[in-house]
Amino acid sequence: MRNILAIFRRDLKGYFSSPIAYVITGLFVVVTGIFFYLLLSSFIQYSYALMMQQQSAPLNVNLMLIRPFLLNLSVIILFIVPMITMRAYSEEKKSGTIELLMTVPLTNWQIIIGKFLATFVLFLVMIGVTLLYLIFLFLWGNPEIVPIIIGYLGLLLFGAALIATGNFISSLTENQIVAAVGTFAVTMFLWIIGFAADSAGKVLSSILGYLSIVEHFEDFSKGIFDTSHLVYYLSVVAVMLFLTFQSVESAKWRS
Amino acid sequence: MIEVQNLTKYYGDLRAVDGISFTVERGEILGFLGPNAAGKTTTMRVITGYLPATSGSVAIGGFDVFKNSLEVKRQIGYLPENPPLYLDMRVVDYLRFVAAIKGVDHQQINHEIERVANKLALFEVFDVLIAQLSKGFKQRVGLAQALLNNPPVLVLDEPTIGLDPKQIIEVRELIKSFGQNHTIILSTHILPEVSMTCNRVIIINEGKLVAVDTPENLTAKLKGSESILLEVEGPADEVMQTIRQIPSVKSVSSSSVQKANFSKYIVEAEVGADIRKEIATAIVRHNWGLLELKTESLSLEKIFLQLTTREEEH
Repeated sequence: MRNILAIFRRDLKGYFSSPIAYVITGLFVVVTGIFFYLLLSSFIQYSYALMMQQQSAPLNVNLMLIRPFLLNLSVIILFIVPMITMRAYSEEKKSGTIELLMTVPLTNWQIIIGKFLATFVLFLVMIGVTLLYLIFLFLWGNPEIVPIIIGYLGLLLFGAALIATGNFISSLTENQIVAAVGTFAVTMFLWIIGFAADSAGKVLSSILGYLSIVEHFEDFSKGIFDTSHLVYYLSVVAVMLFLTFQSVESAKWRS
Repeated sequence: MIEVQNLTKYYGDLRAVDGISFTVERGEILGFLGPNAAGKTTTMRVITGYLPATSGSVAIGGFDVFKNSLEVKRQIGYLPENPPLYLDMRVVDYLRFVAAIKGVDHQQINHEIERVANKLALFEVFDVLIAQLSKGFKQRVGLAQALLNNPPVLVLDEPTIGLDPKQIIEVRELIKSFGQNHTIILSTHILPEVSMTCNRVIIINEGKLVAVDTPENLTAKLKGSESILLEVEGPADEVMQTIRQIPSVKSVSSSSVQKANFSKYIVEAEVGADIRKEIATAIVRHNWGLLELKTESLSLEKIFLQLTTREEEH
């Protein structure tokens, strides 16, 4: 546990002592901020228009604003995760510090879990920023809180699955760019097979739909908690961490 | 302390290390000598558990590197060829991190860092980012990292590479001083380093072990004959004839340009025979002037060249 914590702290500090964490977080905040602003302003216009038409029932904030925002977030996360995870292992391989980690009394799992947690916490920080936007909704409106909590839980699971994937791909190469592009390609693939599912045959469609990483987020964004999605994301995390373990272990044999 | 048996390592089809066996006793400083790409780094990586051997075994303090890797890793401090430094960390944070992952007790960490920093004179750079350190300081931080948690065995891969002459001397002195408490394996392709720091030398070339001995013995073994350098004032022909008559002299040749009556000779004698006294007596008896007389010891550098070039002829 102490070893995991040591790796975790070093990695997290590493992100914040280089410009990377700030650049990525800054980019993320700007992009999500723009999306939130656009959704919010169109929501306001729409409800204003309805008010003009003497409709008394107010629009549902959760359904009309928060849900599309969460879906937007999930797509932005697809793009941002490769940048978070690209240096997890690649940097260590490139600079030779992996040789230190592999020759001190650490187990591979301690390294892998420590690194996964560091990238995940950086992700949490970024997601945390978007909660600030929602505070405005609570100040001037009354959205339901439970669907928001479930939606964010979904985001965390979705992010964890992507981050585990990114960690795995970073462990395959010593080139950060390759790690980022590779991760991006894989996450894109997992996203796009969701579209393919719509036009595929019945059996194939359900298989592809199940594999699509975004598909499982749909329910969360509606505020529906379904354990099958929980199981899906946790299994992706487990499988990816297991593959990372294999990759770290076999790097010895391959070199 | 360290037992290497029949160690072989392939990278794909390339054989990097080929059936090397040797042992290192407790408290010994072993020099690992060989040209680039001889298999030094590979051997060290196997010893430290970074790479698995294709065949053969390595045991540190009785623990097998492969089966008991965690136990072995506790026993070893390792400085790879490129010091494994996180450039974005301050020296003190880096040492703290390494101490933690090496399992130094939480309360002991500061104390342990001080001990090591004291040995390597690192206090002045404690708060400096590693990226901003000079090459010499980086190397010292690398050594400090290896010394943390006071492992009984130190494995140092080319510890003086890339340093300036003054730093090289400093690092050698440091390594010598570590020898009191640690068993050390050190690789280098600089020969004087070996004779200066090590108790024993292993020469490897193309993955094969070429020679193992003390620097002194190795020199003696390879010479095959003792050669003596001589400068005498006297008639060359007569001098050579006189010296030839001395027992156990194998050959005499005059070496440098002769100027009037002065000339230099190289006398080859059988191994172990010290004939300096006989030569001197003979020359004095003939009333010639003895200007210079010294045994020429074959330097490790020559041995090294001899060994490795001989290898290439196969």
